[in-house]
Amino acid sequence: MVNAIKKFIQKFYLGIMLLFLYAPILILIVLSFNKSKSRSKWGGFTLDWYRSLFESSDLLTALYNTLLIALLSALGATLLGTMGAIAINRMRKSTRTIMMSITNIPMLNAEIVTAISLMLLFIAVREFIPNFQLGFLSVLVSHITFNIPYVILSVSPKLKQTDRSTYEAAMDLGASPIMAFFKVVLPDIMPGILSGFLLAFTMSLDDFVITHFTKGPGLDTLSTKIYAETRKGIQPEIYALSTILFGAVFLLLVLVNLRKDKNQADAKPRR
Amino acid sequence: MSDRKLIDLVDITKQYGDSVVLDDLNLYIRENEFLTLLGPSGCGKTTTLRIIGGFETPDKGKVIFDGKDITRLAPNERQLNTVFQKYALFTHMTITENIAFGLKIKKKSKQYIKDKIDYALKLVNLDGFGNRMPDSLSGGQQQRIAIARAIVNEPKVLLLDEPLGALDLKMRQDMQYELIRLKNELGITFVYVTHDQEEALTMSDTIVVMNQGYIQQVGTPEMIYNEPKNAFVADFIGESNIISATMVEDKLVNILGANFVCVDTGFGRNQPVDVVIRPEDIDLVKPEDGIIKGRVTSLIFKGVHYEMEVMANGREWLVHSTDLSPVGSEVGIRVDPFDIQIMNRPESEDEEVVTIDEP
Repeated sequence: MVNAIKKFIQKFYLGIMLLFLYAPILILIVLSFNKSKSRSKWGGFTLDWYRSLFESSDLLTALYNTLLIALLSALGATLLGTMGAIAINRMRKSTRTIMMSITNIPMLNAEIVTAISLMLLFIAVREFIPNFQLGFLSVLVSHITFNIPYVILSVSPKLKQTDRSTYEAAMDLGASPIMAFFKVVLPDIMPGILSGFLLAFTMSLDDFVITHFTKGPGLDTLSTKIYAETRKGIQPEIYALSTILFGAVFLLLVLVNLRKDKNQADAKPRR
Repeated sequence: MSDRKLIDLVDITKQYGDSVVLDDLNLYIRENEFLTLLGPSGCGKTTTLRIIGGFETPDKGKVIFDGKDITRLAPNERQLNTVFQKYALFTHMTITENIAFGLKIKKKSKQYIKDKIDYALKLVNLDGFGNRMPDSLSGGQQQRIAIARAIVNEPKVLLLDEPLGALDLKMRQDMQYELIRLKNELGITFVYVTHDQEEALTMSDTIVVMNQGYIQQVGTPEMIYNEPKNAFVADFIGESNIISATMVEDKLVNILGANFVCVDTGFGRNQPVDVVIRPEDIDLVKPEDGIIKGRVTSLIFKGVHYEMEVMANGREWLVHSTDLSPVGSEVGIRVDPFDIQIMNRPESEDEEVVTIDEP
């Protein structure tokens, strides 16, 4: 009897937790299919909002910008982050610890602080290069900047696992250092690089604060566009868009986690 | 084994920060020799091997290979291959791809590579394993693949860095025979690093005993075992009784108050020396027949022999014998003259470092 109550409380608690976490999003998803514009009445199922969303060129441009920035910034951050992780891995232990802390700080730092600092930086740059405008480039650079630590964080553990002697073995067998890296080290750390890329892509996709402060007047990504729209009064198209955004991020996260599980399963039989 | 020097290490010094790992090391390795660098961890044996392989550059000194100075050459420019302690197989490649790695870089023909792989897999008794992944192989099999991967490149020298360290005892013994067979079949020079004295004694033509960055003794396994140059070597290679003694005259040594006949000459009268007596060289006899008398204080059955400790003249003597003397019994101790090895006693740490003289 006591056990049954215990079990019930456990399940109830979990249920409440999940409800708090996902109820708002569920409501949003439901509303995106609601024929009625009212937020309290169900007027029947419709895909109209999705249709008009894809007819709104403003929103589509924002979607395009978002995806392009996410892709380019993830690529840039993956390249720079991987190179950084390799360099950090080769440092002495004390320097390495310091470098890892330095790269971790931007992740813990309040986003608003990072955003304002970046904005100030770009304004300062404008002093020297008058033609430079806040826009696509400044947002891209900002996204690369805040994504690099995430890539370093996912590549570093893989590098640590990689036995240095495989790199030496490749050189011993006649490979030049560059060849040894691409043929032996890179395949070993590839899972970490891919996870880092996906993580960076997701981070860029749903960033609002930093984009908002560094984008300038002409450019909008989905998050800034939605924010601007909501100030005029929320249109149901926004629900549809948010649902798509949530779906995309959710899918990516599932992908990242599946990869992680697979890697762990792969790693197990190894000693 | 020919007498031609293949590798010559000249005045090699290597430092990491403040600690001197190798101090003015001189050593040569002859063609077709099986040379083992033996010593405790941190003695500089692995660093020596890595300097030969090109993974470390000495701070001072030269590495001469086949008459040419290769001190500054990168590993991929040297005609030698290494077998690493942890196998270092490429886990994302099949066994075949692993073995072909070096040959593909050298742009050998497909047929040549295929023949070489077949030959190498047969040589290490892993015929038919070509399509497997390294992870699906046991430790011993992985190590044999690592050896195959190295030898298909036909190196003049094979460097082996504690290759059997991660294997269990039975596998290690099997691999020792395998390595000796390989060396004889291939006719190339092996430079082998280990801390396992038994491994060194079993396989080597020449053993180099190292400690704290210095070479302690170079010699054949028999020489190293039977005539250790100093207490460190005697203690490191096998078990031994190392006792302070005084040389009475040529061929007579006073050990703990009793005179023993020995075969060594050339020490001064009444000179203090160290004496090494192997436990298996001590004969336990009737008390009245011994040179000194003692009492057995412990007895352990070791399988091949009994290990006993005998208290005599104020010291525990370690004795190995196939004959049993029960604890508490009175025994006499005898040692044949040629079983007593006399060593100069070092007066300081530095003197413990002996200069090289090869056999």
